[in-house]
Amino acid sequence: MEKSLHIDPGKCTGCLQCEMACSFENEGVFNPAKSRIKVFTFHQEGSFVPYTCTQCVEAWCMQACPVDAIVVNLATGAKDVLEDRCVGCKVCTIACPFGTVNYNQDTGKVIKCDLCGGDPACATACPTEAITFIDADSTGYDRMRAWAEKTGTVTQATA
Amino acid sequence: MSWSGNVLRVNLTKGTCTSEPLNMEWAREYIGQRGLATRYFVEEVDPKVDPLAPENHLIFATGPLTGTMASTGGRYSVITKGPLTGAIACSNSGGFLGAELRSAGWDMVILEGKSAKPVYLNIENDKAELLAADEIWGKSVWETDEILHKKHQDPQLRIAACGRAAETGCLYAAIVNDLHRAAGRSGVGAVMASKNLKALAVRGTKGVGNIKDPARFMQTTAEQKKVLADHAVTGEGLPTFGTQVLMNVINESGALPTRNMRESQFDGAHNISAEQMAEPRKSDGKPNLTRNAACFACTIACGRISTIDKGHFTVENKPQYWGNSGGLEYEAAWALGADTGVDDLDALTYANFICNEDGFDPITFGATVAAAMELFEIGAITTEHTGGVELKFGAAAALTWAAEKVATGEGFGADLALGSKRLCEKYGHPELSMTVKGQEFPAYDPRGIQGMGLAYATSNRGACHLRGYTVASEILGIPEKTDPLETDGKAGLVKAFQDVTAAWDSTGLCLFTSFAWTLDNVAPQMDAACEGEWTSDRLLEAGERIWNLERDFNAKAGFTAADDTLPPRLLEERAKTGPAEGKVTGLAEMLPEYYQERGWTADGQITDETRSRLGLPA
Repeated sequence: MEKSLHIDPGKCTGCLQCEMACSFENEGVFNPAKSRIKVFTFHQEGSFVPYTCTQCVEAWCMQACPVDAIVVNLATGAKDVLEDRCVGCKVCTIACPFGTVNYNQDTGKVIKCDLCGGDPACATACPTEAITFIDADSTGYDRMRAWAEKTGTVTQATA
Repeated sequence: MSWSGNVLRVNLTKGTCTSEPLNMEWAREYIGQRGLATRYFVEEVDPKVDPLAPENHLIFATGPLTGTMASTGGRYSVITKGPLTGAIACSNSGGFLGAELRSAGWDMVILEGKSAKPVYLNIENDKAELLAADEIWGKSVWETDEILHKKHQDPQLRIAACGRAAETGCLYAAIVNDLHRAAGRSGVGAVMASKNLKALAVRGTKGVGNIKDPARFMQTTAEQKKVLADHAVTGEGLPTFGTQVLMNVINESGALPTRNMRESQFDGAHNISAEQMAEPRKSDGKPNLTRNAACFACTIACGRISTIDKGHFTVENKPQYWGNSGGLEYEAAWALGADTGVDDLDALTYANFICNEDGFDPITFGATVAAAMELFEIGAITTEHTGGVELKFGAAAALTWAAEKVATGEGFGADLALGSKRLCEKYGHPELSMTVKGQEFPAYDPRGIQGMGLAYATSNRGACHLRGYTVASEILGIPEKTDPLETDGKAGLVKAFQDVTAAWDSTGLCLFTSFAWTLDNVAPQMDAACEGEWTSDRLLEAGERIWNLERDFNAKAGFTAADDTLPPRLLEERAKTGPAEGKVTGLAEMLPEYYQERGWTADGQITDETRSRLGLPA
């Protein structure tokens, strides 16, 4: 079963545990500046939104890469960057419509979410389940269930 | 390690920024943040210094766990001599600035001297420089934040600034970071402005990577996060209701100081409570509270994000206040509300926004307005002084007018900006100032929570709830229940809370974790992260050392046992209603025992024996 990261911004408190878990897993430091997932704060609106790569099936970054350095990980479905092949041309950062592939000055390569090889550290670290790693085919299940419950209540009340 | 090992020293007189190695010998004794910065401060600053003179230093200090994944590991403190009190000031703040400083590679920033012209300190990793502040001097904290973000074209810049209140001499001006988190108390913002320093703008991309045992650290911090999540207060009460969860609880305990502490229960308490913040307003159908929010690394998320009804009289024609911003915490809601007798939630929220926007402490501000209202009631202050404003208890419009005046220091705002001690002296009634060592009380009436009376009287930074929060034991039963109306056993309780808190602050963690954690939960996190062996006992001993070091500074600054007292109202006037009805604060029953527990003389001086046991500097 393929799993995907599912984000529920309504549950996010903006604590950045995900950013630290990500940078620690991938770079060995607690460093939001090196995180592949970013939490955005919209102050006036009072909202926090985690954002990262959603692993497009026909990924723009993968198609744009001139040296085939971005490949499908068959085990996870993630689009992984092969560091030894990446030449740091940054074409993928232009191709990605969502901005989730970024250049890392320190290494001269690009970095993006690779689902931590199938056990994303951000989802484990998130204290509010704003980020979960769930069945890719049923990411809407919980929301459907919540609305189903509401619908059921209304139906019973009017019956 | 998990100290970065670097101190940034900024000499504002000379305009220089230099890096020096952190004194690791001191770090082993004083941990970091509050403790370690105090050690630096007492070494470098004459205790008799005028707080607003160039010779006073201003230290921004992180702890060894700041910037890590330990839950709540994002705190920093500002250490200086406070202009409101003349005592050691140590104001702790959350948000994201502290972690950014660590990420830039600095444990602390020591600012000394005074710049000839307004400047701000720009830090980008190793690079630190003082830049001209012409375009931000005279602006609010919020404007400063916006201007600097635009100027540097970096949305991820973290900014701490003082506002117009500090620039115009408010003695309880704060330093506000990330728009609505504040190093709030004792006037640390006034010290900043006195140095012609407007802001710190910090960008760190290095991160914190020098954890002693990373695998053990990840495991233990994950376990401790679970403890927080499973606890009723940190897992449910605080995220859902914020610190405001206390409003109704403390009122029912008969310990909610009301109308300048004349009464200890407020009939309007429910209207300004957490429960009310969540209720849809009748006017626009939206609740005051939008959602909760976290500071850096915090898995509790007690912060409040709020709005004011667009039609409310305070913001009717001011769209700049129609969006979300930092909402009411309990202490602010109490000071702005119960203490002034105002129960208009949106008016309190507006006053709170103004406190954040122009950088001043809502506790001291609210309590000063409360004192002014009592002075107005007895005729010592009149409409001639206020320019026609009826400064009456319960008047929401008077409260928000006062906030606007203090923000700019105009008119009667200049009097209110003095704090209640100087205000009450000026108008001939010093007894009406509800302060210890010049600093206003927070939201717990010590007649109804006796331990807090002792905690206030002996607090090293003047009246304060964050120096020994015995409310946890006396009201909430954490770690064990004691009777709030009893004085027996409170001396030991207060000492224990004070020492534990001093250690806690110094790690870089938030004190609110202590509802669920003890030092036994902190020690393994410290030990996995930091060089050396860190046990609960060692932390506790460091806490006691830090407490005594602060006390020692105050003694050298001229404070004596005579300053370990409370206003006559709390010692002589009996509580009128509630469980504490008929009670005064039994300070005299607790204080001698407290001195004894501390190993001090009968007149509150640190003995040579205690000094040598703790290894205090001469």
